[in-house]
Amino acid sequence: MTSHSMHRETWLDEAAGRLVRPYTVSAGRTRPTTAMELLSWVVATGVRPRGRLEPDHDVALGLCGAATTVAEVAARMRLPAAVTKVVLSDLVAVGAVLTRPPSPAADPTDRSILERLLVGLQQRL
Amino acid sequence: MSAFNSDSDWAPNALKVLIAGGFGVGKTTFITATSEIPPLRTEELLTTASVGTDDLAGIAAKTTTTVALDFGRITIDRDSVLYLFGAPGQDRFWFLWDELSHGALGAVVLVDTRRLPDCFAAVDFFESRGMRFLVAVNEFDGAYRHNPEEVREALGLLPAVPIVMCDARDRRSATTVLVTLVRHLLAAPSPAHASSAPTEVGDRA
Repeated sequence: MTSHSMHRETWLDEAAGRLVRPYTVSAGRTRPTTAMELLSWVVATGVRPRGRLEPDHDVALGLCGAATTVAEVAARMRLPAAVTKVVLSDLVAVGAVLTRPPSPAADPTDRSILERLLVGLQQRL
Repeated sequence: MSAFNSDSDWAPNALKVLIAGGFGVGKTTFITATSEIPPLRTEELLTTASVGTDDLAGIAAKTTTTVALDFGRITIDRDSVLYLFGAPGQDRFWFLWDELSHGALGAVVLVDTRRLPDCFAAVDFFESRGMRFLVAVNEFDGAYRHNPEEVREALGLLPAVPIVMCDARDRRSATTVLVTLVRHLLAAPSPAHASSAPTEVGDRA
């Protein structure tokens, strides 16, 4: 066990949840510097920012190893989505994380997307 | 690193479907049954003027509300991932639905026939936004079984809105609801072309 994970345990409680007020994490900021939605994608670029990361930034970066969504990072960090967006946008600002809108290439009401969705769901029946 | 430089193909399309309905109607149960991961929960902190909720003598106080959103995920193929978001049922969270419904393909309105009025807010909201939806009657054990046309009449639904029966606990049954929704999306005209006059709030009640 690393000293870092011990630190996390100090501040998280399975039943009570987070023991630090959420906005402490984002230093009171509620507006991310990069616009993100709940389903915006994030992924670590592999660039390690200089200097020491705040613990929550470190955890968030660790959760972005494979492409994932803002909503999933927020849920796994047990942070409100608004706070998670601030943390992730900090990481975007230093080049450690890349973000992308939910569906950049296509209109989500595009027929071909809906047709593939239908096939995919039917395969689960 | 270089693979991420400019292309946007490092992640699939995140598609969104909303699961709406009154409190306790089975939204999270439905998400649990269909999702490939245990449902996740995120919270939105919302600051809002509390007009019409708990205010005294018309004083619109600013209040901060925490709204929990449960969601699940279904990987469709290499290019698409479907997220199901449980939409809070209470009327005063409509402003949240606005953000939630942005970019959503459509919605499932879950209904408990013992408490039909609980879903009025959701039906009104989606109708007024031109968001396509279907009504899924969650057949609770011991509940009186209404037939779909009775539900349609009680909710004042247009003939084009599908009504299906389901067991939200059952993966196959709940997934069939999603299949029916996507068929409806493929068959119905896009909301942009539909002449959907906004519904007055309170019309239904």
